[in-house]
Amino acid sequence: MGERKGMEIALAAAEAVALCKPDVIAAYPITPNTHIPEHLSDIVAEGRLDAEFICVESEHSALSACMGASGAGARAFTATSSQGLLYMAEVMPIASSMRLPIVMALGNRSLSGPLSIWNDHSDIMSQRDTGWISLFAANGQEVIDMMIQAFKIAEDRNVMLPINVNLDGFQLTHVVEVMDFPLQEEVDDFLPIYQPYASLHPDHPCSMGALGLPEIYAEATKAREAAMVNSKETILKVWDEWERHFGRRYDPVQSYKIEGAEIAMLTMGSMSDTAEVAIDALRAQGVPIGLLKLMLWRPFPYDELKKAVKGVKSLIVMDRCVSFGGPGGPVASEIRSALYNEPRRPDITNYIFGLGGRDVAVEDFIKMIDKVRFADKKTSKEHYEFYGVRGE
Amino acid sequence: MNTLQGYPVGLIGNFDLYAPKLVDREEYFSPGHRACQGCGEALAVRLMCKALGKDTVIINATGCMEVVSSLYPTTAWKLPWIHVAFPNAAAVGSGVEAGLKALRRKGRIPDRDVKAVAMGGDGGTLDIGIQALSGAMERGHDLLYVCFDNEAYMNTGIQRSSATPFGASTTTAPPGAVSMGNKTWKKNLPEIMVAHNIPYVATACNSYPLDFINKVQKARSIKGPSYIHCLSVCPTGWRSPSETCIKMGRLAVETGVFPLYEVENGKYNMTVSMPETLRPIEDYIKHQGRFRHLSPEQIRIFQDRTNLEYKKLLDKIEHSRSWDEISAE
Repeated sequence: MGERKGMEIALAAAEAVALCKPDVIAAYPITPNTHIPEHLSDIVAEGRLDAEFICVESEHSALSACMGASGAGARAFTATSSQGLLYMAEVMPIASSMRLPIVMALGNRSLSGPLSIWNDHSDIMSQRDTGWISLFAANGQEVIDMMIQAFKIAEDRNVMLPINVNLDGFQLTHVVEVMDFPLQEEVDDFLPIYQPYASLHPDHPCSMGALGLPEIYAEATKAREAAMVNSKETILKVWDEWERHFGRRYDPVQSYKIEGAEIAMLTMGSMSDTAEVAIDALRAQGVPIGLLKLMLWRPFPYDELKKAVKGVKSLIVMDRCVSFGGPGGPVASEIRSALYNEPRRPDITNYIFGLGGRDVAVEDFIKMIDKVRFADKKTSKEHYEFYGVRGE
Repeated sequence: MNTLQGYPVGLIGNFDLYAPKLVDREEYFSPGHRACQGCGEALAVRLMCKALGKDTVIINATGCMEVVSSLYPTTAWKLPWIHVAFPNAAAVGSGVEAGLKALRRKGRIPDRDVKAVAMGGDGGTLDIGIQALSGAMERGHDLLYVCFDNEAYMNTGIQRSSATPFGASTTTAPPGAVSMGNKTWKKNLPEIMVAHNIPYVATACNSYPLDFINKVQKARSIKGPSYIHCLSVCPTGWRSPSETCIKMGRLAVETGVFPLYEVENGKYNMTVSMPETLRPIEDYIKHQGRFRHLSPEQIRIFQDRTNLEYKKLLDKIEHSRSWDEISAE
C-alpha cells in the first residue's frame, strides 16, 4: 500500500494528478486553486512528470488548450476557481459536447461581488448544466482519490465526458492533512494510458466540433444526456475497483450513522467532516439523526438518494449557494424534485449558509438541526432559510 | 522575388504559367462546401491547405469558413480539423501543438512533424480572439496562425470589426445623416504580431495565389510561431460583383490599401512588386457598394491616410534589418 504523509491538500491534489501522468496541463492563476498548478509546474520542472505545462493567458484559454490537447489524443488537466470557471463558461458545454475527457480540479470559491476569494459552491452551481461530471470531496484523502478516479471515469469509452473534482477553497485547498498516497505502480495498474476514440492526426483525419442544424442539435443533446446518465454505471464500477485496489469505499450518497435515523442532514464538500462531529454529539444525546454526504452531484444519484432517505422523516439539506429569487439552494431544489413522486418522502428543510467563506462550526450544525427538531410544523412555512446571516 | 518550392522566378520564363503545376493537386478543402459565390476566403483556404500538405492539423475559429465547411454530418475537410468556439482558435491550437509534441516525445504517435495551423476571420482574430492569439504567439508554440480578413463580421451579417476599413458601411456602422459609416482606421494586426518578436509575419491576398502559397510554405517550415494576414475578398459583404473577387484583391494591393509584404526575423520585404505610382483608391472603392456613400472629402482623407501608411511601410522596408544582421555588428 501507498505512503502516508502530511501535506497541504492542494499540493496533494497536484501529486495525485502527477501520478496520473497527464500529457498536457494548462492553467491560469486564481485563488484558491493556484497551489495545484503551481505544484504541478514544480513537478514538471523537477523532471518527475513528462508533460507540457502551458502558462496560458486566461482560463478561457486554459480550457481551450486542454480541449485542443485532448482532441489530439493527450491526457489533459486544468484547475480553476470562481470567476475563472465563469471565464471558461463559454467552452464548458463545448468540452462535454465534443466528449473530451478533460479533468479539472475546482477549488470552490464564491462568485464576485462583492469580491470574495473564499469558499462556497456558487461557482460550480453556475456551471451545473454544462454536461460535466461533478464529484465533491470532503477531505484531503477524497481529493487524492477522486483526482485519480476522475481520469479513469472520464476516459472510459462508455463515458467520454469531462469531469470536475470539487474541493472547497481554503477549507480544503489550504489545509494540511495526513493522507495515503498511492504508489506510482499502483496508479499505473489502476489507470491505463489514455486511448482516444478519435484524435487529430493526419493518419486518420477527422472533423471535430461540427455545426448542428435544428435537425440534429436535439439528438446530439439527447445523446449527451444519455452519456451522462449512463456514466453512473461506470462511476460505480470505478469506485468498486478503487475499493479493491486501495481499500477505500466511495458511494454517490455516503451515509454516516444513518441506521434508525428519523432526521438526516445532507451535506456536500468539506462541511461533511464537520457535520459528522455534530452528528456524533447529537447521537450521544440519543437523537436519532444521521448524515448523508453527496459525493456525486452530476450525474445526480436519484436511486441512491431515494434508498438513503428510506425511513427518514425529516431531511435537512445544506446549501452553500443560493438561486436568487428561486427555490432556495440548488441542492435542496434538486432533492425536493428527486423525492417529489415518492409515496413516503421526508419533510425537507433547506439552510443556506457558509457563503463567501463564512465559517460553520459544529455548534452551528447543532443549532440548525435543533431548530428543525423543535419547529412547530403548523407555523413553520419557510421554504428555505439563511443561517448565521445578519439583517432581515 | 516570387519563389515556389525553391524555384527562383528568373530561371524559368513564363513562370506564372508553369507554377500552378507545382501546386499540390490534392484537394484538402474539398468542393461542396457552402461558401458564397465568388468567396475569396474559401479560395484562400483551399490554397493554404495545398501549401500545407497532409501533415497538418487545422484549428478553426467560429466564422464563415467553419460554418460553410462542417455542417453535420458532412465535412469539407480532408485534414484533421477541430473547431471549438469563436475567440479561442489560437488557444486550442496551443493545446493541439502541445498535445502532439508530448505524444510524439512519448512515442504514442508517429515520429514526424505535424504542423498545427489555426485560422480565423478578422473578428475572431483582431477582436474577440486577440488575447488568445497574443498568448499563443508570445509562448512560442510551433503554430501558424492565418487570419482570413474579409473586413467585417460577415458570418453574422456584415457587422463592423476592428479590421473594417475607413469609411466602409456595415450593418453596425451604417452611414446616415450624421454618420459616415466606419470612422476608424483598420487595426494593424501584422504590426502587433511583429511586436511579439515572432520569426515570421506576412500579409497575403487570395488574388495572389503563388505569393500566398510561398508564404504559407515558408511559415510552415519555421519552428515556432508565425502569422499570416490574408485579405480575403467578400463580395457579399463588400457589395461587389462576385466575379470581381480576384480583381478586388488585385486593386487592394495596387492602390496600396493592402500591400503584400513579409517580416522575416525582423526584416521587412515587399513580396509583390508595387507600381512606381500607386493607383488612386477610387479605382478600388468605386466597385464596392460599401464605399458608395463616401463624399469626395472623405475619399481624400482615405487616400491621404493610405499614402501615409504605405510610406510608413516603405520606410520599414528600407531601414529594417534582420536580427542576425543587427546582432552581428
